[in-house]
Amino acid sequence: MAKYILKRLAVSIVTLFVLITVVFVLVRVMPGDPFTGEKITPEIKANLEAYYGFDKPLPVQYFTYVGNLLKGEFGYSMKFMNRSVGDIIALSFPYSFDLGMRALTLSISLGLIFGILAARNRGKKLDLFCVVVAILGTSIPDFIMGALLQYVFGIEWGLLPVAQYLGFQYTILPSIALGFYTLAMVSRMMRASMLEVISQDYIKTAKSDGISNLRIVWRHQIRNAIMPVVTMLGPVVAATLTGTFVIESIFAIPGMGKYYVESVQNLDYSLVLGMTVFFGSVMIFANFLVDILYGIIDPRIRLGGK
Amino acid sequence: MSESSLLKIEDLTFSFRTYGGVVKAVRGVSFEVNAGETVGIVGESGCGKSVTAQCILKLNPEPPGFFEKGSIQYHGEEIITKSDKEMRKIRGMEIGFIFQDPMTSLNPTMRIGKQIEEVFASHPEISKKERKERAIEILKMVGINDVERRYMQYPHELSGGMKQRVMIARALVGNPSIVIADEPTTSLDVTIEAQILDLLKKLQKELGTAIIFITHDLGVIAKLCDRVVVMYGGKIVESGMVRDIFYQTGHPYTNGLLNSVPRLDLSRDVKLVPIQGTPPDLFSPPVGCPFAARCEYAMKVCREEMPPEFELSEGHYCACWLRHPNAPEIQLTRF
Repeated sequence: MAKYILKRLAVSIVTLFVLITVVFVLVRVMPGDPFTGEKITPEIKANLEAYYGFDKPLPVQYFTYVGNLLKGEFGYSMKFMNRSVGDIIALSFPYSFDLGMRALTLSISLGLIFGILAARNRGKKLDLFCVVVAILGTSIPDFIMGALLQYVFGIEWGLLPVAQYLGFQYTILPSIALGFYTLAMVSRMMRASMLEVISQDYIKTAKSDGISNLRIVWRHQIRNAIMPVVTMLGPVVAATLTGTFVIESIFAIPGMGKYYVESVQNLDYSLVLGMTVFFGSVMIFANFLVDILYGIIDPRIRLGGK
Repeated sequence: MSESSLLKIEDLTFSFRTYGGVVKAVRGVSFEVNAGETVGIVGESGCGKSVTAQCILKLNPEPPGFFEKGSIQYHGEEIITKSDKEMRKIRGMEIGFIFQDPMTSLNPTMRIGKQIEEVFASHPEISKKERKERAIEILKMVGINDVERRYMQYPHELSGGMKQRVMIARALVGNPSIVIADEPTTSLDVTIEAQILDLLKKLQKELGTAIIFITHDLGVIAKLCDRVVVMYGGKIVESGMVRDIFYQTGHPYTNGLLNSVPRLDLSRDVKLVPIQGTPPDLFSPPVGCPFAARCEYAMKVCREEMPPEFELSEGHYCACWLRHPNAPEIQLTRF
């Protein structure tokens, strides 16, 4: 296991470097540069470029950047003056993470329950309900979902606040809006997977052992059915935790999503890179956890020696 | 009907509702099983033997399946009317079930030991320690070596033969009075099959368990069973002691089965004789004898009316018009 983890770690680092390199090159070849505006004269621009080191050749810039990264420095934003990329992430990520965790908890737990119930009651009303929820969840875009929730719960009924992020009641609507899609995906996948497991021979064996239906579901079906859902979760978890532009904008939450999108619009080189590296790391870590989960759930994919 | 009969099945009729109509899988099957004996149910694919076996533990999915009529009595208690909760007490502890394919019949994500102990899950009166002891003991009995280690292993770490041993252990751990073995050796290779059959025979002697053995292999029947029930088209066509079935064959279908078994004592030039044709369509089973369409001895009456059971000798029954006193004397061709 230790060997496997080390191997994975090495691969992750390589992946991360490839990611950095590709993004570094890609942002630079985009047309335009960060320093455009009415007030920026050629002299100011030259000064700024000298300040950020853009006057040096690209490979030099690249190695400087990577060197700083190894020291844990993401550099300074080019648009938000005097703020380091590290600061921006440190300030905004906790909001995105908090919202993401709530959304994930809600969507994964409810998604699994819906999927299991639907499969157990195939063809009945409960199944139909779950299928409808899944279709709605996958087909309604999140900005419509968010606006709809705001309108109904915030404006029509006046139950919940529609913006900002100041306490528990502020988190409810954005969590639902953010998690609904994942909920739908999880429930759909779990339903399909459960239906497959239900018809397996070992379920009949379990029945012939004289154990209760609840125990069959709990001990024999869920564990065998959950694999596809776990596979899907790696990227979903990473994407949800690092913030989404749309939901954060609609609910005025100061999370990472806004910065990420704006950094690209502004061609804020260091911020784009910093955010991408951060997102990449979260993604790699999430997938790594998923791989470990595989081994715990299914003994057949436990890897090399113990 | 003897006093010692453990399980008595009478006129069992079980069907499935499908989109294409109602499939009459089992049509009025009656037989009984006495304590400690081995009853074989033999017949080709789709003759209703597995459905019959699964009816005994109510393992057929309902719906689409449903009991039309008949009764299954275990120790004089009716099974068919029992609720799922009541059935749980019987499954595993009173009647064990060994499935056909050990590769797919064990839960891949559960340790061997835990799977065997599942049988005790609905019996909180048995302590954890005792459960483990009994699981270990039964694993030893079914001939698994290095039991403590196997107990902690997962199915994929075992060979096919071992898995079937585990399945047998699982069926026997509750010390049931009947074990139903549904083609337990069909998916194993021949040497392993012989081992498993020997094991079943040995265990039966040691534990005194009655076995209902379902197979399409007459060789297995000869080796293991006391009595045989031959099924065709959802009905029993012949039943009796093994030697009666083999040497005093009453039904042309049984005869056909016997003729299609390869034999070592015949010269190479003698070809196996297959039974021509296909089994009847159980969506609309024939009014007469289900085998009439494929039977070389079929008479007019065979197609028009279902033959009753004739007793050929004590305990040897045959549902064939040829056994009617007025029927012409016919010698079934044997090779």
